[in-house]
Amino acid sequence: MEALEVVKLSKSFGGLHAVRDVSFRVMQGERMAIIGPNGAGKTTLFQLISGMLTPSGGSVFAFGTDITKLPPNRRAGIGIGRTFQITQLFMNLTVLENVVLALEALHKMRFNLLRPLSSYRQLLAQAEDILKRWGMLDRRDTMARNLSYGEQRQLEIILTLSQNRSILLLDEPTCGLSPEEARSFVSMIRDLPRTITILIIDHDIDVTFEIAEKVMVLHFGAVIAYGPSEEVKVNPRVQDIYMGSQ
Amino acid sequence: MNKSAYLTSFILVVILALLPLVLRPYHTGLLTLILIFSIFAMSLDILQGYTGLSSLGHAAFLGTAAYVAAILNVKVFNGCNFGIELTAGVVSAAAMAAILGLIVLRSRGVYFLMILLASSMMLWGIAFKWRKVTGGDDGLSGISRPDLSFIGFDLGATTDFYYFVLFFFVCSTILIYMVVRSAFGHTLVGIRESELRMHSLGYDIWLHKYIAFIVAAIFAGVAGVLMAYYNRFVSPSELHLVTSVEALIMVILGGAGTLFGPAIGAGIVILVKTFVSGYTEHWMIILGIVYIASVMFAPQGVYKIFQEQLRKGLFAWKLSKS
Amino acid sequence: MEFFLIQTLNGLVFGMLLFLLAAGFTLILGLMDIVNLAHGSFYLFGGYIGYSITKSTHSLLLGCLGGLVATGILGIISYRGILQQRFARDVLAQVLITFGFLLIFTDVCRWIWGGIPLVIPKPGFLQGTIGLGKIVYPTYRLAIIVIGAMFFVFLWWFQEKTKYGAIVRAGVDDEKMTEAIGINISLVKMLVFGLGTLLAGVAGVIGAPLLGLFPGLDMEILLLAFVVIIIGGMGSLWGALVGALFIGLLDSFGKSLVPELSVFTIFAAMVVVLAIKPSGFFGSE
Repeated sequence: MEALEVVKLSKSFGGLHAVRDVSFRVMQGERMAIIGPNGAGKTTLFQLISGMLTPSGGSVFAFGTDITKLPPNRRAGIGIGRTFQITQLFMNLTVLENVVLALEALHKMRFNLLRPLSSYRQLLAQAEDILKRWGMLDRRDTMARNLSYGEQRQLEIILTLSQNRSILLLDEPTCGLSPEEARSFVSMIRDLPRTITILIIDHDIDVTFEIAEKVMVLHFGAVIAYGPSEEVKVNPRVQDIYMGSQ
Repeated sequence: MNKSAYLTSFILVVILALLPLVLRPYHTGLLTLILIFSIFAMSLDILQGYTGLSSLGHAAFLGTAAYVAAILNVKVFNGCNFGIELTAGVVSAAAMAAILGLIVLRSRGVYFLMILLASSMMLWGIAFKWRKVTGGDDGLSGISRPDLSFIGFDLGATTDFYYFVLFFFVCSTILIYMVVRSAFGHTLVGIRESELRMHSLGYDIWLHKYIAFIVAAIFAGVAGVLMAYYNRFVSPSELHLVTSVEALIMVILGGAGTLFGPAIGAGIVILVKTFVSGYTEHWMIILGIVYIASVMFAPQGVYKIFQEQLRKGLFAWKLSKS
Repeated sequence: MEFFLIQTLNGLVFGMLLFLLAAGFTLILGLMDIVNLAHGSFYLFGGYIGYSITKSTHSLLLGCLGGLVATGILGIISYRGILQQRFARDVLAQVLITFGFLLIFTDVCRWIWGGIPLVIPKPGFLQGTIGLGKIVYPTYRLAIIVIGAMFFVFLWWFQEKTKYGAIVRAGVDDEKMTEAIGINISLVKMLVFGLGTLLAGVAGVIGAPLLGLFPGLDMEILLLAFVVIIIGGMGSLWGALVGALFIGLLDSFGKSLVPELSVFTIFAAMVVVLAIKPSGFFGSE
């Protein structure tokens, strides 16, 4: 079953072709990485898939449904969850309140104007459960802005996972993490069930090849390599680009 | 809310109820006006402090409700039919928000600000020109207050009218508190903190803003109807930008997002205005300076400063005891 | 036919005044992201200064120059003193601060020049009328159309074709980079703010013989400038021109055909434009 399919996706900003005729598909449960030098169009591609940008051409399908014209929140409803390169959290809310907001999004209660939030015991218990599972329960009453950078990144991923979305878009998730934190992140991802499909952008080549089974390489907005990670790893053109630009 | 907060609020209400016994009628009247504006400012805080929407057009809802109630009172009933006037006022404010929301909420940032400002000022323009219905710049006078003689209240008397307004103030405060504490209220804070994150979590942000807009307008409408009874007179100035900005200053000065802050802000602004205009005819200059000074020195609001001082004081006290 | 022609010209005249006002506002807004609620007050202030100077020197030209300079200076002082500071960085703060300015300026103007509407007499050589085919039309009004057009050309040329315009545009795009190549961006910003307010002042002086000067005019004209920019698009010079002429024409025809509903007509137009293009005719986004 195809979780995500992208067909001839393009995006231009005036004369700048950020993404050119990109096509690929990710099967359910697969882990795929998109790599490429800076400015290759990776984040733009993510924006197109998550709905933050509208494409100049081409289409996006999730589980067989055409989502090309849907706004971001509707795509979330189809099952797409996303983390951002620059952490997007509710900074002035506590860790628990952050998770509660993520859970609330799936329930009708979000339109209840009168009943106090604190009375939804089951929801709060669920939020605490999630925090316990990911080892952040002791930070539940800390404001998100007071967390360390690594903890903030972790919280962002927890928010996305708590909604049980079936497709995860991870945008540079290890950016700014220490080698240790990056390693624990990698094991967290590897432990995720195969019901979840993962698409990841990362600069860290080691992280990428450790997680991904399939890799796509972008250069100036176009696909220059696409296939199983072992093959792409030894692809001479790919090595050229990375050697050259480093 | 914890027990000490409940207790404090209860004590405050009791104090408010007892104040007319020690104040002169003039001051009780002033306090009545402060309570009415408190409702107005708190309703704006739902948008400003909790959702993060800066509105320069909130007077549109105050004025619409005031005018609708006034027109019914003076032109249709030739006397007061409180139930209908209150309902009509509040419903029309909500309807106005439903319409304006469709126009305004698709825009962001500065654009949103400008369009809302322009729209509410256009309402002012309409009220100003439409002499037949609104009385033009002369306004509508001769509004009769509700007849509550069946429960022994003469709303013509300052004190009785004060308690009438106090009742609505307490009810409004409780309801607004419930809204901001609800699951919906929580989503508003989420929108304020990160619209991007809310989007990708699957929220329909526009819908939440729209509902908040209407809810805020409902309470502004209550204030509008009360205002009409208070002054026994309605004029276009209830719809003017000056009134919208005044409400915003009350929120900022008192403390956005604190629920009670705006009420304090309302008290400060009205007292300053009254005091200063008693001394000089150039009160506008003083007011302008006060506005600028508030932004310069107290952008977080008086309430938060007060909370900080209180916390420091308590901490120092605890320290000295140990 | 004559009616149509006259109303059209009236609309263009008023439109040109609105353009000068809106151009100043959109310049400041587009380039510096500052919402200046006191912009109408600069219009009024410039007009009043122009009035006083014209009264004593009997020269509208000197009055114009005086109003222009005085408003520009006032603008720069306001910017330097308050708006440039860190507490004035976010939109809300700017709105409240500039509104404070509005209150102060309005009261000071009323203090100095009183509450009775004042009019600047038209200069001798521009009095009277000119024959245009079937109609006769006041010369002064035609002059306003010409002056407005000249200003548009000048501003367009400045923005697109000169080094200074390029510097300003670069500063908008990337402030740090512009500074890095040695340009004093805060000086540029200050001058731009001054230019914006100066335009308002000019509009105030040349508009005075037509609209008069009175407390409350600042608010009325500010509101119209807002609608112009909303319809025309923020930060766009063309948008200011097209929007201003559009509103001018709408106002002129509206007032003569359905006077009570003229405000509503403008409001309706704004709503329609926003429904079609939420960022205005020439707006980006």
